[in-house]
Amino acid sequence: MAQTFHRSTNLLARVSIFGGLLILGGLAFALYEIALSPWYTEQYAVRQQPVPFSHRHHAGELGIDCRYCHTSVEKSSFAGLPPTQTCMTCHSQIWTNSSMLEPVRASYRDNVSLAWTRVNALPDFVYFDHSIHISKGIGCTTCHGSVASMALTYRRGTLYMSWCLNCHRQPEKYVRPRSEVFNPFYRPPSGEEQLALGRKLVKEYKIQTLQYCDTCHR
Amino acid sequence: MGYLKLRIDRIFGIRGSALGRRGALARARDIVLLGTAALTLFGCRLDMHVQPKYLPYAATNFFGDGRSERQPVPGTVARGQLRLDELMFTGKENGVVSNRFPFPITRADLERGRERYNIYCTPCHDYTGSGHGMIVQRGFPQPPSYHIQRLRDAPAGHFFEVMTNGFGAMYSYAARIEPADRWRIAAYIRALQLSQDATLQDVPASERAKLTENSAGQSAGSSR
Ligand code: HEC
Ligand code: HEC
Ligand code: HEC
Ligand code: HEC
Ligand code: HEC
Ligand code: HEC
Repeated sequence: MAQTFHRSTNLLARVSIFGGLLILGGLAFALYEIALSPWYTEQYAVRQQPVPFSHRHHAGELGIDCRYCHTSVEKSSFAGLPPTQTCMTCHSQIWTNSSMLEPVRASYRDNVSLAWTRVNALPDFVYFDHSIHISKGIGCTTCHGSVASMALTYRRGTLYMSWCLNCHRQPEKYVRPRSEVFNPFYRPPSGEEQLALGRKLVKEYKIQTLQYCDTCHR
Repeated sequence: MGYLKLRIDRIFGIRGSALGRRGALARARDIVLLGTAALTLFGCRLDMHVQPKYLPYAATNFFGDGRSERQPVPGTVARGQLRLDELMFTGKENGVVSNRFPFPITRADLERGRERYNIYCTPCHDYTGSGHGMIVQRGFPQPPSYHIQRLRDAPAGHFFEVMTNGFGAMYSYAARIEPADRWRIAAYIRALQLSQDATLQDVPASERAKLTENSAGQSAGSSR
């Protein structure tokens, strides 16, 4: 019986098999890259806010402590966004004619909350708690980036599960002295020094490596 | 080549013969199947991502004011909010501003007071309490220095009251600082006042020699 396929189809078969694998691999790689790219994760993306609030002005240049506005960050799961009254402690007296601040004044006048657009938000099936991270020596900027230089707030981390676990597996790489947690200008020492400091602090603060699923999914 | 093309057409059912022969019913079934598949793949992901519960500060359209956080019903007292201790919560005793602290002040209390003071008060009153904080430099009305005679003589309860109720251009800090911490801040302000009004007599005799030595050295240095 004559062969159905001509010899040259061998090459065709090989090319299509390997080519197919290559394309699949390439696709997987591209998907992986896209999934981690700021374009997809929306890192660095600023949101439309009712007032163009600048951390660079307030936390950076004026040196206001994070807790002046994010009052509950040390003692509860939620850092808290400042109520209008907090803005008005200063803006009742300064920049009172600024048109940018009109929504703040209107909110205070009419007793209607300002609706800030969240830039960090986990899915509802994840449990997160600020207070434990603060009291174990994880600084704001470790997770949120250099907030004090942000003209408009953006998200620094991916907030993927791998992002959390990366630190939960090896906290010594990120921990800092408790006295520096709120310092937005803290520079961690480089490489080996951080590891040495980290190991010491992990022991001192009794930091566990929490990786059980029910730590975050409860 | 024509063979390959036919294959592709068969598998994917594109155009031509394969699709043409099938009935409208089958086509409808395909659309429903595909739609369901797409929904299971993408749509249902949201059901655990967005759960029917209120996270802190979440907005709602259930209540008129749009807030999911509710104010206590008038005339009710939440657990832990019963404020019978007049001194602790108003800074007064029998209606008179008191100079007594509701609990003994320890070193730890003073340190906590300093921390809280540095967070909430330094933007205007600055680290020494002289009233030249950063916000004042940017145009906020200048508060009086803590080191004027009137405030030195003021009872501790006065500082508590100012923080609790506000004072003139200064807003209340009651929402942000717990009563016990307000007392600790008041204690720290007392410490600041002492520090700015100290004389050599306040220094223990054993340490005095060191100070005079240093200042002698400094003045010698500056005269050179
Ligand atoms: C501790 C005092 C303080 C608080 C609290 C504060 N601000 Fe400010 N804000 C300032 C000062 C001072 C400036 C002017 C900055 C400068 O002079 O560089 C300013 C400037 C601004 C500006 C720019 C105004 C313009 O027209 O350029 C905006 C917008 C603003 N603040 C919004 C807010 C909002 C919203 C809040 C509440 C979350 C807030 N601020 C809370 C002190 C404060
Ligand atoms: C003057 C008040 C003020 C101070 C001080 C301040 N913040 Fe904020 N912060 C805000 C306001 C208002 C928002 C909401 C608007 C926005 O996202 O820009 C916010 C938002 C944020 C967010 C994003 C929240 C989200 O997910 O939407 C982070 C993170 C944050 N602040 C961290 C910090 C850190 C860290 C510091 C200290 C270095 C700090 N803030 C100091 C007022 C303040
Ligand atoms: C371990 C990482 C981590 C650290 C450290 C951390 N945050 Fe956050 N922060 C997050 C995550 C994750 C969210 C989103 C939480 C959510 O959606 O439930 C968040 C949310 C916020 C928000 C939005 C409101 C809220 O609570 O959801 C603010 C404001 C904020 N952080 C401020 C701070 C400040 C100020 C500090 C330092 C004192 C800090 N964070 C330290 C991870 C961190
Ligand atoms: C930079 C380091 C770091 C990152 C990033 C981080 N964590 Fe943690 N987390 C810690 C440390 C340290 C602890 C304290 C462990 C201990 O108890 O000793 C902790 C503890 C926790 C706990 C335990 C709280 C409790 O009450 O048991 C939860 C829940 C948690 N983290 C959730 C998260 C989630 C969710 C994320 C990601 C959105 C995250 N963490 C990201 C360092 C980190
Ligand atoms: C340190 C906290 C943490 C721990 C521990 C953790 N997770 Fe997660 N997990 C997360 C976060 C945060 C997300 C959300 C990621 C996102 O938004 O894409 C997530 C998402 C997931 C998802 C994806 C859900 C979806 O539909 O996107 C699954 C499945 C999951 N986790 C399973 C697990 C299992 C199984 C374990 C135990 C081996 C575990 N997780 C341990 C933080 C954690
Ligand atoms: C936004 C700026 C600002 C901040 C922050 C601030 N104050 Fe004041 N404070 C003022 C001003 C302005 C006055 C003067 C008010 C007046 O006379 O109208 C004042 C007055 C005072 C007085 C003197 C009252 C008197 O009898 O004359 C005390 C005491 C005081 N503040 C304590 C505090 C404490 C404690 C804090 C921290 C919890 C604080 N202030 C935070 C602006 C501020």
